[in-house]
Amino acid sequence: MILTNIETIPGETIQEHYGLVQGSTIRAKHFGRDLMAGFKNIVGGELKGYTELLQESRNQALERMCRQAEELGANAVINVRIATSSVAAGAAEILAYGTAVRV
Amino acid sequence: MFELFFFIMLLLLGFIIGKSKERKHYRSIGIREETFLGKPAITARVPSSENIAHADLAIGSVVVSIDYFKRFLSSWRMIFGGELKAYSPLLDRGKREALLRMKESVPGADEYINCRMETSTISSGKGKAMGTVEVIAYSTAITYADGATQPGQATLEQLAAPEEPPRVPGLDG
Repeated sequence: MILTNIETIPGETIQEHYGLVQGSTIRAKHFGRDLMAGFKNIVGGELKGYTELLQESRNQALERMCRQAEELGANAVINVRIATSSVAAGAAEILAYGTAVRV
Repeated sequence: MFELFFFIMLLLLGFIIGKSKERKHYRSIGIREETFLGKPAITARVPSSENIAHADLAIGSVVVSIDYFKRFLSSWRMIFGGELKAYSPLLDRGKREALLRMKESVPGADEYINCRMETSTISSGKGKAMGTVEVIAYSTAITYADGATQPGQATLEQLAAPEEPPRVPGLDG
């Protein structure tokens, strides 16, 4: 599965478009991480627990998007966009979407 | 009395450790940025050469938070309005770190086109919404066919072209 965030795949020709595919996931952080983050908030800097959490969820969202594209018979997704929004205090939604194509 | 002491301790802790962490982070950013000097991340959508081996999606993200001292300073600023100078190093660090991680996710690429950055707030749930931010940077990593290396073929390519500087496969700080 080839992913790009531009309208084409450089070096390839797009044969067919399959339309929009998307994958999303909503994750909550767990209490232990929240507690540690509370301590980290005093001294500042990177919150590694959250970075990992969001990375994992983004990978999951991208994976779901790829699976949807595979079901359609596509082998690439172009114009991929990623969006994050917090739906509740302590929970974040990660959305990945793009156009499924075959090259 | 104890509460005041605790508050001042937190301020001092935030000021001293926060400052040293910030300096350390900037040093690490500086060193890593030098290794990617010849590989620009640009917002243009068209690659600068037609001779392309392959394209990948490169993503990097980081969650950074501000220290207690700066948060206190900015809560003062909130009363009078104006620029929140205490927050600019935070966002600057976040953006540069996210860009670096994006480049490190596809280390063999030559150019990162259509680079996009997004900042989102991670609420701490205590009314201090702007304390912790997540920065995501993503782009299409282009590897050129001439003189470029794919992760698996790095050694073969370098043998063929010894004037090319060696590429480091996985950089972590």
